[in-house]
Amino acid sequence: MSEADLTMGGHVPGIMEESPFAIPSKKLVMWLFIISDAVTFGAMLFAYGYVKNASPDWPEPFTFSPSIINVMLMTFILVTSSLTMLVATRAAKAGDKAAGIRWTFVTVGGGFLFALLHIREWSRLIGEGVRLFQNPWGSPMFGATFFAITGLHLTHVIGGVIALTVVALGYKRGRYNSDDIEICALYWHFVDLVWMFVVPMVYLLNIKR
Amino acid sequence: MTTTDKANGSLKTDIVVYVCILALSGLQIILAYQHAGGAQLMARMLALALIQAGLGVMYFMHLRDERRNLRLALIPATIFVLLMMNMIWSDSFRLLHMRPFMK
Repeated sequence: MSEADLTMGGHVPGIMEESPFAIPSKKLVMWLFIISDAVTFGAMLFAYGYVKNASPDWPEPFTFSPSIINVMLMTFILVTSSLTMLVATRAAKAGDKAAGIRWTFVTVGGGFLFALLHIREWSRLIGEGVRLFQNPWGSPMFGATFFAITGLHLTHVIGGVIALTVVALGYKRGRYNSDDIEICALYWHFVDLVWMFVVPMVYLLNIKR
Repeated sequence: MTTTDKANGSLKTDIVVYVCILALSGLQIILAYQHAGGAQLMARMLALALIQAGLGVMYFMHLRDERRNLRLALIPATIFVLLMMNMIWSDSFRLLHMRPFMK
């Protein structure tokens, strides 16, 4: 056996040690990605807090209808899509391929709906005159921070929808297995959890009274 | 057998966690309308968001079923980095109170 076989994944029973974390390498990589992404979102939210705190005229533009109702609906859809992804993972792990694929596509539908509602909210704010560095209400940085944070999250949702679609189709064709569905699910749950911080920080602390 | 292969709890547990996360989201909205803004409201919102995140990471992402050394590798490092970011606040308050850019 060559050295390349040992280093590049040529497994020989009895030679390779057990993984120290008892998870597949690709799952560990996903966890590391999630940690780095959590820190990225953390930095964005800290920067948002910094600018908001330093601006005495920070706008509070979000009314109950339509903004907060829209946010409530988006939260419900995203958390529900996490539940459907759990069902998909459970089905895939149990060997029920058809149910795994079906529930993954239900999750994709949830993500798609979330993105549509998000774009609707953006359109409404743009229609009210919010731009990256100007708005009709106060501190010009409001638009930049709002669009940066929600835009980064929306990019993650769209990326997740694409990834889930590709992996579900690959799983159907036998290219991917249930581990890959589970790893995509980890990412999807993370996107859901980030939204739990975006809603209070960006929307609920800026409601119009 | 890896922890990944284990059956991770039941669907019933997942549904209970799902309802808890939604209920906490609802509570955040009630709090937002009951109290005026300020540091106290932000602290309450963050506390609720942290509980939601904890539930999601432990139950939806099944970190509680993984080996303890994986949890030790991931969680303290993340918390450390996020805590270190709090250094920015003194400068933010300086901008607010001293207005260095005011003419």
